[in-house]
Amino acid sequence: MGFLSTTLSVSRYHIENTFDSEPMEQVRQGLVKHAIPKLENEYEEISAGWTPYESPYLPDFEKFSFVFGPYFLFSLRIDKKSIPAKLVHKQMAMEIEKKKEKSGRDFISKNEKSEIKEMVMDVLMHKMPSIPNVYDILWNYESADLFVFTTQKAANEFFETIFLKSFNLKPIRIFPYTLVETKSGFSAAQKDRILTLTPLHHVR
Amino acid sequence: MLDIATAYTKYSFLGNDFLTWLWCIIETDQDITRLMASKEPISLDIGNSLVLENTLGDKSKEKITIKGDQAGLEEGTTALKKGAKVTEMNLVCTLGKEAEYTFTIKGESFNITGLKPPAAGKDGADDEIEGLVLEKAHLLFRITRVIDTLFLAYLTQRTADDWKDNDLARMRAWIYND
Repeated sequence: MGFLSTTLSVSRYHIENTFDSEPMEQVRQGLVKHAIPKLENEYEEISAGWTPYESPYLPDFEKFSFVFGPYFLFSLRIDKKSIPAKLVHKQMAMEIEKKKEKSGRDFISKNEKSEIKEMVMDVLMHKMPSIPNVYDILWNYESADLFVFTTQKAANEFFETIFLKSFNLKPIRIFPYTLVETKSGFSAAQKDRILTLTPLHHVR
Repeated sequence: MLDIATAYTKYSFLGNDFLTWLWCIIETDQDITRLMASKEPISLDIGNSLVLENTLGDKSKEKITIKGDQAGLEEGTTALKKGAKVTEMNLVCTLGKEAEYTFTIKGESFNITGLKPPAAGKDGADDEIEGLVLEKAHLLFRITRVIDTLFLAYLTQRTADDWKDNDLARMRAWIYND
């Protein structure tokens, strides 16, 4: 769901620490360095990287901005190859038949089937285009708040890894405990009281 | 700060207890504007779904989902009496005169899904995109501030000396229809 969609899913983060200087330039460098490659690599099952919000399929940060007022807005694109099982079965059946004809045998050994499967998977992996998934990111650098517009676990894990690599800043996922620790403004004594709480039970 | 994975599991109950408390606040018509010390009026209603979970004697889990715009929530309070906790809630939040948000929030993760903020203006030319972005961003940060403020208000009450005699007693009276 894109940032400007009618309906959104949101995972929230707190960004620990700040840049020493020139945040805009540091963000720009990180985005460019870890941008998704313009040309698809035929051999990679998964490819991930940053891309401009306004141009998810042409990752050109010279042409498209990532600065919108006080916010940084850009996208994480994750390209994944997914080969349908039925296609694998079909190709395997064809290759097994070819092998039988060539060898003059009526059967194919388990090892030979494994080899055929590996070969089929390899060929299909090269031929299959990747399916792109684009996740928008909104970053309020001043308040250290960041939204990733997905709640998918795998996408968020990709985001956390690539964000840290790109900017050397740690994204901390916001859930009840981290909200207390990073955003509450509670005193140390109050936090201690909260962290010694136990679940409420309403059974009489 | 604790290790994130450990903290997530250990304190997942905080969010679920918060949702239960919030449900009680809404159902007993308490003044949310005053609770949040807000300058503009804020109202909250349960939306079209409520999910509870109960851990049974054999450690298996029972999930109770109540769905529908006019769904009665009595089954939910019955589940609370049996030890269930609210794990997910759809809410309708109105800020000021007419800025209406609907969203579903999960207690343990504070993940937000199905978030519909007020309309941020129509699609326009490319040079208007900055305006749309700024407006949408403002709306999103506004609602997350509301959620945060409510959660922190809950924690303040929860750790107050008079918690048992005030909020907890009120919750029990509501659950058991005393």
